[in-house]
Amino acid sequence: MSFWDVTRQLADGFGITLLIFGITLAASLPLGLIITFGSMSKIPPIKWITKVFVWIIRGTPLMLQIILIFYGPGLLNWDVKLPRLTAVLIAFVINYSCYFSEIYRGGIESISKGQYEAGQVLGMTKTQIFFKIVLFQVIKRIVPPMGNEIITLVKDTSLARVIAVAELVKAAENIISVKGIIWPLFYVGAFYLLFSALLTFLLNFAEKKMNYYSG
Amino acid sequence: MSFLEIKNIFKSFGKTEVLKGIDFSMERGEVLAIIGSSGSGKTTLLRCINFLETPDTGMISVNGNVLFNSDESPYSDAEKREKRLHFGLVFQQFNLFPQYNVLRNVSLAPNLRQIKGKKLSKTEKKEIKKQIDDNSRRLLDTVGLSDKVNNFPCELSGGQQQRVAIARALALNPDILCFDEPTSALDPELTGEVLRVIRELKTSDRTMIVVTHEMNFARGVADKVIFMADGVIEEYGTPDEVFGAPKSEKTKSFLEKSLENP
Repeated sequence: MSFWDVTRQLADGFGITLLIFGITLAASLPLGLIITFGSMSKIPPIKWITKVFVWIIRGTPLMLQIILIFYGPGLLNWDVKLPRLTAVLIAFVINYSCYFSEIYRGGIESISKGQYEAGQVLGMTKTQIFFKIVLFQVIKRIVPPMGNEIITLVKDTSLARVIAVAELVKAAENIISVKGIIWPLFYVGAFYLLFSALLTFLLNFAEKKMNYYSG
Repeated sequence: MSFLEIKNIFKSFGKTEVLKGIDFSMERGEVLAIIGSSGSGKTTLLRCINFLETPDTGMISVNGNVLFNSDESPYSDAEKREKRLHFGLVFQQFNLFPQYNVLRNVSLAPNLRQIKGKKLSKTEKKEIKKQIDDNSRRLLDTVGLSDKVNNFPCELSGGQQQRVAIARALALNPDILCFDEPTSALDPELTGEVLRVIRELKTSDRTMIVVTHEMNFARGVADKVIFMADGVIEEYGTPDEVFGAPKSEKTKSFLEKSLENP
């Protein structure tokens, strides 16, 4: 099997990897914020239900969650059969929303009370205070931990192969089992490395952009 | 009826009674200094006046309008927002918005108030924005910072930051401007510029309440002085009365101590 054949097959897998990565990121970033509002809610039931949910999701392996979401409905005799990729996406979005929500919460709680009070005495509404004053400061503070989480997501996409979604690692495994060659596995590493290098570059750029002020 | 009337304000946090019946009044254009040791309730009183804390009982009125009355049902957020705009507050820690430049710090709140949620044509919006910008620049000029409009708060000294905070509070044109220990977070050499700005505002007929540890400032600038101790007004009068001939023993010992460690 030539280098180009391997590249083409791996590229197909990498396409799935990118798809999982992109959709998870796009959905989890806003969904995480909603979960944050839940866990910071002043209404105890909402707060505690959200906190327990986050605890369960963060306290169990993502791989288990993928398996449960894919096989769970069938085992319960429900009449739903989720496509494999959909099951993976649901598990990833839920999982990453919970992680992001905790990062958001840390960021929001790190903003001093004085910022809120300054907004209040200037007659701003709660929404204005959040979107005009607090949010940007939170974003600036959470870029480093979010970057960590996003880089982790790149590699976590390989968990999708547990229910036979043909992402990058699965694509390599297929080549290995059919052709009996090992080197594509190293090649796979290069894909991940290049992609995370690109992300690191983008994240550093964002961090620098926001460094026009300190504090 | 006086311009500002404060009646029978009580405030507890849990079991700690912080304010135990505060009554005083002020006339328009007066400057009131509130002095007293830490924990005497000065800051809590100022926060009650600015609706950052809700008094347990009491009444606050400005210019005949009752803004707070503990007998009435709790106010909605929207009501509170309207009421608190009679007051402006300058914080000890400035609390400027770090991501905005100096001009934007001053103009943000007026922009939100006058433009957001209103049906205005583009030209009207532009016109209002321009007025707000001009007014903000004028205020920054008043506090001596016309050359810093494009700087960010982190690029300014503490004294400059506090002067921006004063301009920001003035931008909504409050009836009464309050200062919560405006120089306590500053290096000693920077307090002068802030106190000078406050002194200059006095001549422009502003009604102001200044909680302060600066005895010379209180004595030199205020029309009336309140000395607070243990949640009550221990002494009230003109600076000459309070500083020159204090009646209460607590005031005397406080003033002696403050003059030892100015």
